[in-house]
Amino acid sequence: MSDLIVTDVTLSYEKKNVIEDITIELHDNELVCLLGASGGGKTTLFNVIAGLNTPDKGTVVLDGEDITGQPGHISYMLQKDLLLPYKTIEDNVALPLFIKGEKKKAARERVGGFFEEFGLEGTQKKYPHQLSGGMRQRAALLRTYMFSRNIALLDEPFSALDTLTKAEMHKWYLDVMDKIHLSTLFITHDIDEAILLSDRIYLLTGVPGRITEEILIKEPKPRRKDFNLTEEFLDYKKEILAKL
Amino acid sequence: MKRKSQNTTSKIWPLLAVVMILAVWQTASGTGLISKFMLPSPLDVVKAFIQDFPLLMDNAKVTLLEAFIGLAMGILIGFLMAVLMDRFDKMYQAMYPLIVLTQTVPTVAIAPLLVLWFGYEMLPKVILIVIVTFFPITVSLLDGFRGADRDTISLMRSMGASKMQIFWFVKFPGSLSQFFASLRIAVSYAVVGAVISEWLGGFQGLGVYMTRVKKAFSFDKMFAVIFLISAISLLLMWAVNLLQKKCMPWEEKK
Repeated sequence: MSDLIVTDVTLSYEKKNVIEDITIELHDNELVCLLGASGGGKTTLFNVIAGLNTPDKGTVVLDGEDITGQPGHISYMLQKDLLLPYKTIEDNVALPLFIKGEKKKAARERVGGFFEEFGLEGTQKKYPHQLSGGMRQRAALLRTYMFSRNIALLDEPFSALDTLTKAEMHKWYLDVMDKIHLSTLFITHDIDEAILLSDRIYLLTGVPGRITEEILIKEPKPRRKDFNLTEEFLDYKKEILAKL
Repeated sequence: MKRKSQNTTSKIWPLLAVVMILAVWQTASGTGLISKFMLPSPLDVVKAFIQDFPLLMDNAKVTLLEAFIGLAMGILIGFLMAVLMDRFDKMYQAMYPLIVLTQTVPTVAIAPLLVLWFGYEMLPKVILIVIVTFFPITVSLLDGFRGADRDTISLMRSMGASKMQIFWFVKFPGSLSQFFASLRIAVSYAVVGAVISEWLGGFQGLGVYMTRVKKAFSFDKMFAVIFLISAISLLLMWAVNLLQKKCMPWEEKK
């Protein structure tokens, strides 16, 4: 069970509202996308949900517990992988467990079990700079998953990758999501990515940023291989473009 | 294989330059162009070194001991200062100008004062070495701590990491390469600092030996001890490099 409910969140910066009255919900095992232009307050909202910023107004509730302004409940993953260059992939992934005070050996054993599922087998003892960008993002996602098994925030995680790697990562991501149980809130400015991956899409537009639309993607999961080439996909895209 | 041959060629030129200088020196001094009394030839220096070897080693032991104690304390103090100044902003504002000020005080000028205050034993030497070594250590560590990536720290916070954990997982390892760069400087400062403070008062050490041979006008011995001091500094810097490789295995695999 994991329900994230964000209610009426408003946050200002230098007396100007950046985001206003944001209300979004994320339910069990759902992938919800937050789509909007860059600089539209998406990342601000993320920081509020992660507890790094306290909103001027509104609440963040996780499984019935008010966690507004409290870090340590929900972790996230960014465009930059933020892997520590001086730690092996294994230790990077186990970092959240180390922080919780777990013994090194036990933590390594625990994360080791997920390497294959995440397509990271054989990278345990390597250092981040020895891996490709795509592989590093996989490790970063696994680290996020090790922190909180049921909920993850992803802030444009694939946008720094080249087109081909990105397509490969989308496929990988959908595969992994099929195997593990994870509710995800995903930020992007890439419409195709949003339609391809999500169950629901929130459109965040305007200054200050507000949620102006909620779109349901009815295509069942796992998605067909050529979903992004179908008529339905294009219809969703047209609808979103019209509303942005 | 190719890499190795490149390395050897790059070592040929500096080696050649040193040999050239030694050759010119030997000729100038050996043929009597410059009187041996003023400038002993390299061969004379080698002879003096061999002749006085046991004495040089005895004195080197004392100097090295002072340098090590001073350096260890300098590192400890430098580390503590950097941690405190990173943790408390007011501490940073208060201490930074003071630390810079300690570096503008000429070492040679305060050494005699230290001798007056603390006597001819080891204490004034160690204090002087601490003064010259803690500065590069503090500044480099502080830069390293403060330069830690903001986003990484935010991520650590989102995972519920304490300030202490952020320090040990992110800030400290991130400052290691800067720390070793400053340690290389600090080891040579430590040796030179020990010698200078021995000049101004003491019973043993390379600095004391130096003053003695100077008073006896044994310039060959003077040069022997000068070379010994630079050799010691080089050796220590090399040891720091080795230590760095041991402590930072991730750099090796690049």
